[in-house]
Amino acid sequence: MSAPQIVLGLVNGAFYALLSLGLAVIFGMLNVINFAHGAQFMMGAFVAWMLLNWAGIPYWGALVLSPLIVGAFGVVLERAMISRLYKLDHLYGLLLTFGLALIIEGLFRNGFGSSGLPYAPPEALSGMPVDLGFMMLPKYRLWVVVAAFVVCIATWLVIEKTRLGAYLRAATENAPLVQAFGVNVPRMVTLTYAAGVALAALAGVLAAPIYSVNPGMGSNFIITVFAVVVIGGMGSILGSVITGFGLGLVEGVTKVVYPEASATVIFVIMAIVLLARPAGLFGRA
Amino acid sequence: MIGALIACPFFLYPQFLMKLLCFALFACAFNLLIGYVGLLSFGHAAYFGMGSYIAAHAVKVWGLTPELSILLGGAVGAVLGLVFGWIAIRRAGIYFAMITLALAQMVYFFCLQAPFTHGEDGIQSVPRGMLFGVIDLRADMTLYWFVAALFLAGFLLVQRVIRSPFGQLLTAIRENEARATSLGYRVDDYKLVAFVLSAGIAGVAGGAKAITVGIATLTDVHWSMSGEVVLMTLLGGLGTLFGPVVGAGIVVSMQTYLAPFGAWVTIIQGVIFVLCVLAFRAGIVGELGRLLRVKL
Repeated sequence: MSAPQIVLGLVNGAFYALLSLGLAVIFGMLNVINFAHGAQFMMGAFVAWMLLNWAGIPYWGALVLSPLIVGAFGVVLERAMISRLYKLDHLYGLLLTFGLALIIEGLFRNGFGSSGLPYAPPEALSGMPVDLGFMMLPKYRLWVVVAAFVVCIATWLVIEKTRLGAYLRAATENAPLVQAFGVNVPRMVTLTYAAGVALAALAGVLAAPIYSVNPGMGSNFIITVFAVVVIGGMGSILGSVITGFGLGLVEGVTKVVYPEASATVIFVIMAIVLLARPAGLFGRA
Repeated sequence: MIGALIACPFFLYPQFLMKLLCFALFACAFNLLIGYVGLLSFGHAAYFGMGSYIAAHAVKVWGLTPELSILLGGAVGAVLGLVFGWIAIRRAGIYFAMITLALAQMVYFFCLQAPFTHGEDGIQSVPRGMLFGVIDLRADMTLYWFVAALFLAGFLLVQRVIRSPFGQLLTAIRENEARATSLGYRVDDYKLVAFVLSAGIAGVAGGAKAITVGIATLTDVHWSMSGEVVLMTLLGGLGTLFGPVVGAGIVVSMQTYLAPFGAWVTIIQGVIFVLCVLAFRAGIVGELGRLLRVKL
C-alpha cells in the first residue's frame, strides 16, 4: 500500500467535506441546490489571487477577506434573484444557479483565460515536509486537512449547539411559526446563503496553492461533490462531513489499487448506495 | 412544419440545418421527460453521447449502414436509460436531477478511458455510408432529407406518445403523483418507460449527429451538453410541442454565429438561463401560446 496517495485522498476529502457542507447548509434553509457552488469556490480562489497580486494582501488576509467578499456577493444574489423563487418548484432554483454558474465561469474565462494562475502557499506552511512516520506530507496539505476539519466541526457546533442554530433548524421545520416569534426569517435565509457561499470561498482559498487557480476548477469538482451529497444524504451536517472525508479516502485508496477507476469510484459507490438506501447513508427518507 | 423542413435547405446551409435538427430531436426527447412527466434529468448527455459514439464506431469500424448504426445508438441509449432510470427514479425532485447528473459523469469517465472512443481525440472522420446499402449519403442534400425524415419520425413519435392514454397518465403523474398512485397506477413503472423512451430517442439523435457532423467526441457526453439541452427546452418552452425545436434552433444558431466571441457564448447562455427562470418561465413558445390563447 502506498500511504502518500491515501493521505492525499484525505486532502481531496477535505474539499469534498467543505463543499458538501456548504451545499447542505444552503439546502437546509433555502431548499435550493446551489449549482453555483463550484463557481463560488473558484471565485474564492481567484479573489485570494487578486488580493495578493493587486492589493498585496497575503494568504492569511485572503483566508478571512475572500470568504467575506464572496459571501457579500452571495447576499446580493440571494436578495436579487434566488429569493424570488421560493414559492416555485425546487427545480427552478437549480436552473437559476446553473445559469449563474455559467455566467461567473464565463466572465472569469474572459478576464483571465483558461490556463491556471500560480498561487504560492504562505511561507510558514511551505518549507520542509512533515514526517508522519510512514510518509512525508507537505506542510500545506496537512494544514488543509486540519483547517477543513476544524471548520466542519465549528459549523456543526454552531448549527447543533447554539441559539442561532436552533432558530435555523426551527425555521427549516416551520418558517411561519419562527417568524411569528419575531425572528426575521428572510434575513436569516439571506445570511445562511451567504454563509454557505463563504464556506465555498474558504475552500477556494485553501485550494488555491494546491490546484492552479483557473476558471474551470470548480465546475468539475462540484459534480463529484453532488455525488458525495447524494451518498451522504442531504440534511445531515455531520453526514456530509463524514461522507466527504470518507469518500476522499476511498478515492485515494482506489488510486493505489486500481488507478483507472479512481475517477469513477465515487459514482459507482453512489449507485450501490442508492440501490440499498435511496435516501443516502445519513439521510431521512 | 413539413413545409418548413422542405423549404429551409434552399435558404440555409444544409450542414447547419442537419445539426440543428439533431439537437432539436435531442431536445424533444428531453422535453418528453421534463415537460410531461416533470422529471429534470440533468444527465441526458450520457444517452446522446453514447448514441453518438456507438453509431460512429458502428459505421466506421464495423461498416454497418448508417440507419442501422443510428438505431444501434438509440438501442444503447435506451439500455443505458433503463439502468440509470431504474436507479434514479427511486428519488424525486432535486435528488433525481443530481443522481442523473452524477451517473452521466460516470459515462463521461468511461468514454474518456475506453479504447474505442479514442479518448481526447474522439472518433474522427466518420463516413456517412450508404443508406440501406444503396443510397449514397455523401451529398449534403441527400443526407439532409434523411436527417429531416428521421427528425420528423422522432418528433411525431414523441407527439403520438404525449397524446396517447399513456401520455395522459404521464401528465397526471406530473400534476399529482400521489393521486395517480392512489388510483392504482404503478407510477414508477410509467416513469421508467418514459425515461427509457426519452433516452432511446436521445441516443438516436446522438447517432444522427455523429453521422452528419462526422465526429463523436467527449463534448457529446460532457455534462455541459446536458446543460445545453436543458437550456434549449427551457428557452423554447417546457411541455410545449414546438418549444424544444425553437429552443434548439436558437441555441445552435447562437453557437454557430457567435462562435468568434469565445467565452461570451457561455455568458449569454447563462444570462438566458437566468432570464428564463426569473422572467419568462413558459419559454418563447409557451408565452406565445399564452398570448395567442392556443396550445402549441
